[in-house]
Amino acid sequence: MSNIVFPAETLDLVKKIIARYPEGKQKSALLPILHLAQAEWKWCSPEVMDYVASLLSISPIEVYEVATFYTMFHLEPVGEHVIEYCRTGPCCLMGGVEVYDHLKKRLGIQTGETTKDGKFTIKEVECLAACGWGPVFQIREKYYMHLTNEKVDQIIDELSK
Amino acid sequence: MKILTQHIDVPGIETIDVFMKNGGYKAVEKALKSMTPDEVTEEVKKSGLRGRGGAGFPVGMKWSFLAKPEGVPRYLVCNADESEPGTFKDHYLMWKTPHTLIEGMIVSSFALGANTSYIYVRGELMYVINILEKAIQEAYDKGLLGKNILGSGYDLDLFVQPGGGAYICGEETALLESLEGKRGNPRNKPPFPAVKGLWQSPTVVNNVESISATSWIVNNGGDAYAAIGVGRSTGTKLISASGHIKKPGVYEIPLGITVEEFIYSDEYCGGIRDGHKLKAVVAGGSSVPILSAENILTTEAGEKRLMTYESLSEGGFATGTMLGSGGFIVMDETTCIVHNTLTFARFYHHESCGQCSPCREGTGWMDKVIKRIETGKGRMEDIDLLVDVAKKIEGNTICPLGDAASWPVAAAIRHFRDEFEWHVTHPEEATKPGAVYMRPGASWTV
Repeated sequence: MSNIVFPAETLDLVKKIIARYPEGKQKSALLPILHLAQAEWKWCSPEVMDYVASLLSISPIEVYEVATFYTMFHLEPVGEHVIEYCRTGPCCLMGGVEVYDHLKKRLGIQTGETTKDGKFTIKEVECLAACGWGPVFQIREKYYMHLTNEKVDQIIDELSK
Repeated sequence: MKILTQHIDVPGIETIDVFMKNGGYKAVEKALKSMTPDEVTEEVKKSGLRGRGGAGFPVGMKWSFLAKPEGVPRYLVCNADESEPGTFKDHYLMWKTPHTLIEGMIVSSFALGANTSYIYVRGELMYVINILEKAIQEAYDKGLLGKNILGSGYDLDLFVQPGGGAYICGEETALLESLEGKRGNPRNKPPFPAVKGLWQSPTVVNNVESISATSWIVNNGGDAYAAIGVGRSTGTKLISASGHIKKPGVYEIPLGITVEEFIYSDEYCGGIRDGHKLKAVVAGGSSVPILSAENILTTEAGEKRLMTYESLSEGGFATGTMLGSGGFIVMDETTCIVHNTLTFARFYHHESCGQCSPCREGTGWMDKVIKRIETGKGRMEDIDLLVDVAKKIEGNTICPLGDAASWPVAAAIRHFRDEFEWHVTHPEEATKPGAVYMRPGASWTV
């Protein structure tokens, strides 16, 4: 538990983020810092959330209630690559359902599951604001657009190396 | 006529040097050095610019409601939480030309007397956040942000705030809650943000596209902006076009062109994909009523429908819809309306914050009942049950998410009831992959 501490560089960034808000309003830094925490530890474990609370001098429950509200925060361990697949109307019009079926078959897992080797987790998400470039999925910060079965295979091959 | 996207394809436009070579940041110079904040607000009022996030409320009027008590900070918050299915214009604009938004933020913050402003971007767009932060740093380096901007005596700090994945934060009071580090539960109004907003201080929340338009208005005058468009639909609008068209993408249109031109001309969508026919359109993002091909192209009075706030809503919800956010989703005859409605119902169920019972419970019921119909287990009375649930959500919630959830379901049944009925009467056929109901005699029936 004690090994949950941001590297010095990230701690500097945390200070800069808190300085964006007026004195005493440091709770506003919660979402940006949760993103940093998830980037560092892959998911928001209770220990990670408690650490974030301590950085902001707020109670742990204030972090839990936020982390459970917003869908981007993983509350359980995830694979190395989390594929967040858009399931909303416009992507479906572009064949999104069929491509998603292919992705699940290719990885041999269902929504919310992680491959045995710990490489991939797939999650269904709602609209990613890329409807004209669908079907779309996201891995970390990167958007993958105009997906086809072939393109999905290429991406998985590339990330499996 | 291009206002926001005029230089969007210029190589390097995301950098401040190229942006300035193409006339960027002239509005900052003009506003801060030769205009008063009230004069800027006056031009925006004259322009007739309306909120581009979906509600269409006049921007200048919203600004004029801002309370200005002595010694209390005021804030401008940009709503870049673009999450309405079918809408991706703000994403495109910030990704391609971040300085267009930053210039607008400076001019607008000056008009409002805000010395700290925030751009709240949906968290999924972290790569866009990185683009914006880089551009903001460039603006600081050029003296366009920070203390005493261009020697004018005006100070402004600008920060980007990431969301965490929640459609509801596009509702302005939920956005403010989120920016305060809380769950995105919309607030009861009044008080309105203009009086008690961010940290209980007077706050204006505007959409990316609205704010971005203000620099052109400062440069060219409100009258010049108002000269574009038709009636109360002034200026240009970014339309996010998706679905079964030849050229999906973001288009900047002068308000007032016909829907027909937008769908079929090569300048915009380029028509329906080869060999297919137009069946239906959702014209303003997933929450606005879906219309059949006939209703979207022509009003009840037999006139060509225009891409304006007024024309799209002509006929009320019986035969009309709304311009909304400009999320224009086009469907050809291969589209199963029941399945499409299911994805929207599932979306609103997923995105309801859970604060108001009619929305929290009702969106779940609609999701389940449509799923029952879609999977061939529906009963005929389910269709009226959906209409009834939708009616009981509408108008009975703190924020507009309830309306947004009920409209697409009610409209799909209003215009495509036969398709829902067919799912109930022909469950085996309807659940075959790719099976779609063809309305006898409809223009899209093949």
